[in-house]
Amino acid sequence: MDIYEFTKQIEGEFEDVEPGTLTPTTNYREIKSWSSMYALIVIAFVDANFDVQLSADDLRNSQTIEDIYKIVMSKKTS
Amino acid sequence: MALLSINNVSIRGIASCVPKSKIFTKDYPYFSESELDLFVKSVGITERRVAPAEVSTSDLCFHAAEKLIKDLAWNKEDIDCLIFVSQSPDYFLPATAIILQNRLGLSKKTMAFDVGLGCSGYVYGLQLMASLLSSGNIKKGLLLVGDKSTLSTHIEDKSTYPLFGDAGCATAMEYNPNASIMYFNLQSDGSGEDAIKILDGGARNTVRPDTFDIQEIEPGIKRSRRHLSLSGIDIFNFALKEVSANINDLLAYAHVQKEEIDYFVFHQANKLINESVRKKLKVTDLTKVPYSINLFGNTSSASIPLTITCHLKSELKKEKTILFSGFGVGFSWASCVFKSNEIVCSDLIEI
Repeated sequence: MDIYEFTKQIEGEFEDVEPGTLTPTTNYREIKSWSSMYALIVIAFVDANFDVQLSADDLRNSQTIEDIYKIVMSKKTS
Repeated sequence: MALLSINNVSIRGIASCVPKSKIFTKDYPYFSESELDLFVKSVGITERRVAPAEVSTSDLCFHAAEKLIKDLAWNKEDIDCLIFVSQSPDYFLPATAIILQNRLGLSKKTMAFDVGLGCSGYVYGLQLMASLLSSGNIKKGLLLVGDKSTLSTHIEDKSTYPLFGDAGCATAMEYNPNASIMYFNLQSDGSGEDAIKILDGGARNTVRPDTFDIQEIEPGIKRSRRHLSLSGIDIFNFALKEVSANINDLLAYAHVQKEEIDYFVFHQANKLINESVRKKLKVTDLTKVPYSINLFGNTSSASIPLTITCHLKSELKKEKTILFSGFGVGFSWASCVFKSNEIVCSDLIEI
């Protein structure tokens, strides 16, 4: 899954985001409906698709969707 | 490694008791409309039961036990052991199990003690009772589990208040040389002690003048040091990492294939967690994974027997291969697999 597909899939996890709104450089915390519940949803999505676990620190240290993607990729290969 | 098998013990019956009083998630005043929709969709709770001030966990367990003893036509004199698994006992001391021995009218020859576990507590309790009965020295045991978790949440804490419901359950177990083997896998990881915690009120941090002060932890989360705190991400990651691995180890040990299992009854933590566990286990038949969280919330150690009462009442009369998995506060987690046969499930009790 490349970064664009990843972004599209993450976008699909949000209830009230119009398709095509998010880009890899979107700060996901600034998505209007972002809440701690979405942190769990993103963790579930990453676990299901990559068998990788995002920690609370991983999320704390990331701002954009691309940041998350990079963490997932580095964990996937390590 | 606490992977073990126990012979000669049957589960004979299960009864569950909940308070009549319902609280609906839609009425929670601290959720925005979008938060409400997301919570109901992801966590899966639309309503839950809340015990009034005068009703404690032991009351719920008492009514469940009375009904079960009646439905099984058990003689109270024959009950040799009573275990009460809860994190909301009546008092610091004495142990609630002893109070219940007297209240239920059980013999003074009954051994009775408490176990302080939460979401994993049902499976731990089954294992404890099964190991006591297995030798045949004592023949009948009553396992009472449950919590009044709503006592410990603060209404302005969005991360805990809408999650929990109150329930108490009774399970009757018996020495039976013809019973099939029960297999268990029990685990602990105290490095997760802070993930779900009530800080003050125990002997480590006794109640102090500021114990009940309400503090804003972060936006949407206000509570005191006497309220339950919960770190959703840490719990989620714990569950993702450990629960399916624990179950896979159990099944390998018991030489049971996933396909042979008729029902996977999970602790009702939250729908997102449970569905993630189900997918990791590659269980695709949704009818094998019953839920009670939608109507009762997370009911701690009562969630597995309550789910059985709600959904598997008639099924457990037949021979079925059943898997239980409880996981949470501690961290503590455990699973068991066994063949059920003629388990009597009482109708749900509401008080």
